[in-house]
Amino acid sequence: MKHPGGAAARRPMTDPLDLLDVAFLLGQDERDIQRSVRDLLADRARPHIGRWFEQGHFPRDLVPELGALGLLGMHLEGYGCAGTSATAYGLACLELEAVDSGLRSFVSVQGSLSMYSIHRYGSEEQKQQWLPRLAAGEAIGCFGLTEPDFGSDPANMRTRAVREGDGQGDWILDGAKMWITNGGVADVATVWAQTQDGIRGFLVPRGTPGFTTRDIENKQSLRASVTSELAFDGVRLPDRARLPHARGLGAPLSCLNEARFGILFGAVGAARDCLQSALGYADQRVQFGRPISAFQLTQRKLAGMALSLNTAMLLALHLGRLKDAGRIRPEQISAGKLNNVRAAIEIARECRTILGANGVSLEYPPIRHANNLESVLTYEGTEEIHTLVVGQALTGRAAYR
Amino acid sequence: MKIVVLVKQVPDTWAEKRLDPDTLTVDRASVDGLINEMDEFAVEEALQLAEKHGGEVTVVCMGPEGATDAYKKALQMGVDKAVFLTDPALAGSDAVGTSYALAQVLGTLEYDLVILGSEASDARTSIVPALLAERLGLPQLTFASKVEVDGTSIKINRQTDYGHDVVEAGLPAVVSVVEKINEPRYPSFKGIMAAKKKPVQTLDAAAAAIDTARVGAVGSWSKVLDATVTPPRSKGTIVTDEGSGGVELADFLATKKFV
Ligand SMILES: Cc1cc2nc3c(=O)[nH]c(=O)nc-3n(C[C@H](O)[C@H](O)[C@H](O)COP(=O)(O)OP(=O)(O)OC[C@H]3O[C@@H](n4cnc5c(N)ncnc54)[C@H](O)[C@@H]3O)c2cc1C
Repeated sequence: MKHPGGAAARRPMTDPLDLLDVAFLLGQDERDIQRSVRDLLADRARPHIGRWFEQGHFPRDLVPELGALGLLGMHLEGYGCAGTSATAYGLACLELEAVDSGLRSFVSVQGSLSMYSIHRYGSEEQKQQWLPRLAAGEAIGCFGLTEPDFGSDPANMRTRAVREGDGQGDWILDGAKMWITNGGVADVATVWAQTQDGIRGFLVPRGTPGFTTRDIENKQSLRASVTSELAFDGVRLPDRARLPHARGLGAPLSCLNEARFGILFGAVGAARDCLQSALGYADQRVQFGRPISAFQLTQRKLAGMALSLNTAMLLALHLGRLKDAGRIRPEQISAGKLNNVRAAIEIARECRTILGANGVSLEYPPIRHANNLESVLTYEGTEEIHTLVVGQALTGRAAYR
Repeated sequence: MKIVVLVKQVPDTWAEKRLDPDTLTVDRASVDGLINEMDEFAVEEALQLAEKHGGEVTVVCMGPEGATDAYKKALQMGVDKAVFLTDPALAGSDAVGTSYALAQVLGTLEYDLVILGSEASDARTSIVPALLAERLGLPQLTFASKVEVDGTSIKINRQTDYGHDVVEAGLPAVVSVVEKINEPRYPSFKGIMAAKKKPVQTLDAAAAAIDTARVGAVGSWSKVLDATVTPPRSKGTIVTDEGSGGVELADFLATKKFV
């Protein structure tokens, strides 16, 4: 039999980070989209990211550029969104997170939580009002589910919306949300609240009387991303601020599934960036008269990480294909997030050891990625909760409630 | 306004390039090809002019079969259509042959303005723009760092050591641009997805009425007789200044024919 790929197989491996040639499985559009994101970020973000992290700076100026590229809400259709495949969205997240999880977090929240919640559950008027501006990066969105007292268990949230005038008048919203990405910079917040009929979602524009935000200043992770507390004190909202098609906790959870899908690709990017820096460092750093990459223990670390990185990438791509075929299941996304974020954080920590003392400096990316991934491990469902989701899928028994 | 922008596919600047020992031309098969960097500025300028004055942009590319990345990138950036000239007879054309072939392709098109990069990162001769303008009998406005079109005339700034010259001509004209001129856009996702549906016309030498005796290795006026690999960098000489350092430096530069 003739192998058309014979010549390629004899070519030397060109990319040590793509040991298994996963790139071969991508379509041309997917590669081009990935490259466009990588090129833009290489010019606009990578040179500054260490400083942004150190200074706790969110690069707001970058947002319209991300919008012009088509990154914001890229896998949604219409309303100025690019309408790419889910896999292409995942690859974009991968490149974003290869620079910094904070940038990917911004894009995840903007596209998959804020825009997706409006796109899927909003009225035509809400979509027209917000989606084109959010897609262009002229407006920023956030998504408030977590509260100070309710994280993994949002069903018991305390934020409440009560309708005046026998269920015909305005809504009055009271409560607080905590750990909300983009909160302090958002022009519109998707806020989930208890009502008489169960959990409902509301679009609360910035500046609505009674709605205030306070940024969380002292976090040691995702420092290039804004995280805030949202407070609602008798906020009056017309019924057209409610997301008409969202009923019950399933609505916010479906949004989280969209965002998690991006995360399970993104984590691969953070891991790739760590490994790239460790490979380079191990080649340059000479101890005992030879590059540390020549020591067996270093090679064992590098080989182990390359295996883990590449299997995480294959898993991400597989789930991307399932999603594009319209057949991905929530527990599969849980499995992906669980595996890939865990793999990424282990790789980040191991790469840190290869860099020795330099590994604790922000001159090099591993410690920044490791710190960032602590948040990624926790948000959008903790490692423990996703383990229990997979456990439930296997046994039929929900252990977490 | 109808604008034609010329682009070339070159081996990735970051990859290690080598000459094919048999043909003494750049081995294009062993490295990834991409659009010549300077040509991205030409594409950007063409797009900006078309956005400002209305009109249509066509990308023209000459290259070996399969070297489609360069013109595809231009389409992804927003160019309307592509003409791809490919023919085995063109392989190994020098600048003189290339300018002839491109002029023949341009002869099949309607245009008010031809834009191209001022050099290609592989051959770096920088003479194709001027040769092309001569062949077309059009004014050449080379090394432009700024372009302004006003109805039927065009004005450019040409960077010089002492500032810049302002050069003006009537349309149609040939303009070559330098990197200072603009910031090329990144292909947007919509652009990437739309590019696949844009018209691409592939021409061979006959279709562009190219006399194959005037192109390719055979038709080239210059010939590469031999090539040697650059020797690895040897240790430099260290001059310790004991009063005669300046003289020694000048002597060194003189031996290298720099002064
Ligand atoms: C930087 C950052 C950004 C964030 N952005 C957003 C945002 O934009 N919007 C938003 O709504 N939220 C956001 N979050 C909140 C995030 O989703 C929550 O932190 C997460 O859901 C966990 O909730 P918690 O922190 O209250 O932890 P808890 O729920 O209190 O959990 C604490 C620990 O207990 C474990 N645990 C809890 N219940 C169980 C159980 N049943 N079985 C076993 N173990 C259990 C958890 O796994 C965890 O280890 C963000 C968080 C961070 C750190």
